[in-house]
Formats: sequence, structure tokens, C-alpha cells
Amino acid sequence: MSEVLVLVDHVDGAVRKPTYELLTIAKRLGEPSAVFIGEVGKGAEVAEKVKKYGAEKVYVVDDAQIKGYLVAPKAEALQQVAEKVSPAAILIPSNVEGKEIAGRLAIKLESGLITDAVDVSADGGAPVTTQSVFAGNYTVTAKVTKGTPIITVKPNSAAPQESEGAGSVEEFSAEISDSAKGAQIVATQPRKATGRPDLNEAAIIVSGGRGTGGDFAPVEGLADALGGAVGASRAAVDSGWIPHSFQIGQTGKTVSPQLYIAAGISGAIQHRAGMQTSKTIVAVNKDEEAPIFELVDFGVVGDLKTVLPAATDEVNKRKG
Amino acid sequence: MNILVCVKYVPDATADRRFEDDNTVDRVGVDGLLSELDEYAVEQALQLKEKAGEASDGQSVEVTALCVGPEKAVDAVRKALQMGADKAIHVVDDAIAGSDAAATSLVLAKAVEKAGSEGGVDLVMCGMASTDGSMSVVPAMLAERLSWPQVTMASVVETQGDQVRIKRDGDTATEVIGATMPLVLSVTDQSGEARYPSFKGIMAAKKKPLETWSLSDIGVDAGEVGLSAAWTAVEDTTERPPRSQGEIVKDEDGSGAIALTEFLAAKKFI
Repeated sequence: MSEVLVLVDHVDGAVRKPTYELLTIAKRLGEPSAVFIGEVGKGAEVAEKVKKYGAEKVYVVDDAQIKGYLVAPKAEALQQVAEKVSPAAILIPSNVEGKEIAGRLAIKLESGLITDAVDVSADGGAPVTTQSVFAGNYTVTAKVTKGTPIITVKPNSAAPQESEGAGSVEEFSAEISDSAKGAQIVATQPRKATGRPDLNEAAIIVSGGRGTGGDFAPVEGLADALGGAVGASRAAVDSGWIPHSFQIGQTGKTVSPQLYIAAGISGAIQHRAGMQTSKTIVAVNKDEEAPIFELVDFGVVGDLKTVLPAATDEVNKRKG
Repeated sequence: MNILVCVKYVPDATADRRFEDDNTVDRVGVDGLLSELDEYAVEQALQLKEKAGEASDGQSVEVTALCVGPEKAVDAVRKALQMGADKAIHVVDDAIAGSDAAATSLVLAKAVEKAGSEGGVDLVMCGMASTDGSMSVVPAMLAERLSWPQVTMASVVETQGDQVRIKRDGDTATEVIGATMPLVLSVTDQSGEARYPSFKGIMAAKKKPLETWSLSDIGVDAGEVGLSAAWTAVEDTTERPPRSQGEIVKDEDGSGAIALTEFLAAKKFI
């Protein structure tokens, strides 16, 4: 069976959940191999984690020479691994960095690229992807027809399934060209952690928009009572009430949680593009004509400033 | 300094977008326009030009809009000229229809090379994504084809000589990224409101140079682009059934919160 390469999504060696989702998908297509581009000393630790989800091999690429550069060196490293093992497919997390690595890699390998897959199945070994397009109004299935299929997969596209793999570590020395080191990260300011779930991974999201008037306390209160993440519309972000990293929509994040509560959000197409594939949608809005109500499973016409705090109290009471 | 801004003609996101029988995006039957997210790239290019004009060392900046698309795409090109771009290049050829991102990046790369044959191109600017395909990979693919660095998703852009610095707001950190021209740069919708064309701008645009290039003009073989040369194939497109509206209640003296909580409990979210 052919290897399927999975680029490990990690922060300083701490493996992130989308990696396990990708490994689970890789198993449908062939024999999962993880590619860890990071600190060599952490290779064994990473292997312990990824082998639980079926990784047979773990290629460890030392990033000492390339840390601090944008995507080009990682694309080169991945190209060299791919040329050595001739994989059946390459799976990459669908985030900004992942998609750019994939874009460069596709040109290098002269191979087809499909981005933002929400599902991948095997059709006689060849991957078939499912994507959600046109603001979630269409579902598209597609295949790669040239070269090695390169697919970026959105978070939450598969439930990680444990399955013991060998997890044998192979150090891979990649040769990185100077021209790949053109764009350098010169300063980094980490964002303060909110203590709430990551928006991409959250099962419940409570979002606030223009109707909050800049006060997100009612939104945060309900999110915390439900154990959810906080999101926002572009109007709230543009008003400077909340950082851009919380934005849901066309130019923010596309999310698909079990429950999405939109508070004080009218529901413009740009916002809908980011949330309308959520399983259950609830809206609270003063304006009964707000287009968001067309999408909802349940809606409250009312002021979020009174409805949300009262609902928060009620939820907390029921939780006992 | 020569800046090329890539502008894409896309189906209006507020219209009923659909696919053709061959599973390509209907770019003719649905009203199109300049992709909103590319307007931010045009705006940032114009701001770089204006800043250079104000500086004492007076380095002049020329902004050229570059578009690959069907004949109707000239609307997008005109909009960029009306906003203030100095000139425009429209690559149009029947063979391009149905091209995937890889082929599009090839056409763009060859057009950049031709545009740069006199005087060179220092910066290629792009929006953060198109509003139709929204893959966000063309800047990376174009940079790869040109063997240039890419600095992407900028919310703030600064240049000094041939140095570019951008600020990017990521999920876990805010980063400052530096690179040397020539390079490919993409900007987000956080980079600043795009200007509306003024009446003066609209009138001036009519006299600005607009070149139309075919594939043979840029040295691309028709067999390398289009639907039949795509590296990916769409198998099927299905319209998502519209969501049916659920129960809507009016909040009266706290009844809304109670009803909401009961709904959440019934769905086992509590």
C-alpha cells in the first residue's frame, strides 16, 4: 500500500488536533506517514502522539535552518520527501500557512491541488474530495487528475480514530535553497489566550455583531455558560470591538459547529458564508426582518442585552 | 517602482451564483464585478504611490491593474482604473476558460514577465482570496512560478526602498514579516477601506492605456490552460437545500430567554 503524507500541524512540537483528523483520513487512502517539520529533539515525542492515530512512519525534518521563514522552505522540504517516497496523496491542514505551502508544492510537483476539503473518501484508491462553495450554497465533489493529489483539509472534517501504527522515526535531511529564504518573520507578538475553545474546533459558538454596541460581555457570558467559543461579525471587528481573529465569515473563519448562536448579527451573505453549514443555528436580534432569521432553527426577536444575560442565568441554573 | 495589481472578475456574491453544465463557474450568465477583496489590493497599491509622491526623494510609482478573464472582465479592469491605477493589462483568450488555479498562476506569471520586460516589476499585489473560488493559493503559486518570495495576508504594508514590511494578524500571534523586492504581496480586508471612484477618476479612466493580450502575446500554449488542461476535475456540483426556518418567538418580559433555554435543553446543548 502506498504511503499518504500528512503534514503535522503543531506549535513548537505540540501536535494539534487537525493532525489526527488528517491521519484518520489518510488511513482511508493508504498507509499514513507523518511529516514533522520542527525541532529534531521533539521528533520522538511527536511520533508517540501520531502513531496512536495510525502513522506508520514519521519523517522528521530539522527546522533549525528554516525557522522564522515563511512557507517556501517547508514547501521545498515536503517536495523532497514526496519525491523520495512517491506518496499516493499529500494531506495538509487547511489554514493560511498550509494552503500556501500546498500552492507552492503543487507547482513544484506539477500536481493538482484541492483546498478546503470538508471530507475525503477513496474511490478505488484515488481521493475524492467534498467542498462547500459559494458561501455554503453548493457542495462540490472533485478529484485530482494530474500528479500526486495534494489536498488541504479543513479542521473538524473527520473524527480522529485511534489505530496503532508503527510510528518509526526517520530523520530526513532536506536541502533548502537560499531563494526559499526570502520572506522572514522579524517580530512575533503572541496573542493572549482567552481560555475558551479554539473557534475552528469549538462545538458551540456564540457570536456578536453590530447589535452588541461594543459590549461583548453578554455574548461571552452565554458562551462560557455553554462551554463555547466567542465569534464576531465583520461589523463588530471593523468597529474595533474585537480582534480580527474572532471574525466569522468570508474574510474571517468558516466554521461548522454543532450550535451557532448569532446575537445582534443581521446575517449578510458575507457572514453566512462563514457559518451557514452549522448544524443548529439560533439567532437573537431586535429586528424581526433581519435575514439571519431565514436560516435559524430557533430565533428570538428581542434585545440581546436582556435576552442573553437572562438565558445565561437560566442555563447556569439548569446546569445546577 | 512598478506595481502590478491582480484583479479578478467574479460573479456577484449577492446574485444567485451557479455552475455551467461542465461544472465550471457561470461567469457569463451571472452579473460580474471586480472581486471586492481585490479592491483592497488596488487601494494599498494606490496608497504606496501616494506616499511615494509625498516623499522628498520622489521615487515615482506606477500602478498597473492586471486581469485574466473573459471579455466582460474588462469591467473589473475599468473599475481599477477608475479607482486610480495608471494603466491596465487584460489577458483574454477563449482558451483560458475553465482554467484552474495552477493554470491561472501560469498565465499571470507569463504576463508579469512580459510586463516587466521593460523596467521590471517590483511588486505584484493581490487580494487575500477571490470571492468565488476563494482558495487563496494563487499568490503562492504565482510566487513559486516567478521564484519570488511571497508575503501574504497583510493588514499593514510599509515599504522603504526595495524593502517591504507587513503586519499580519494570525490566530495565535501578530507577526511582522520582512522581505526584499521583487515579491508577491497579498492584503486583507483589514488593510483599510477601499476608495470609491470619484467622478474625476471615472472620466480620467477613459483615457488611460488598456492593453489586451492574448495567450500567444505572453507565450503560453493554449494546451497548457483551460478546462481540459486542469490538474483537478469537478465531478459533481449540488445545490445545498435551503435551510427551513424554525420557530421564531418574540421576547416579552423575559419569555425569549426561557424559550431559548428550553430549545437548547431539548437539543441537549446544556
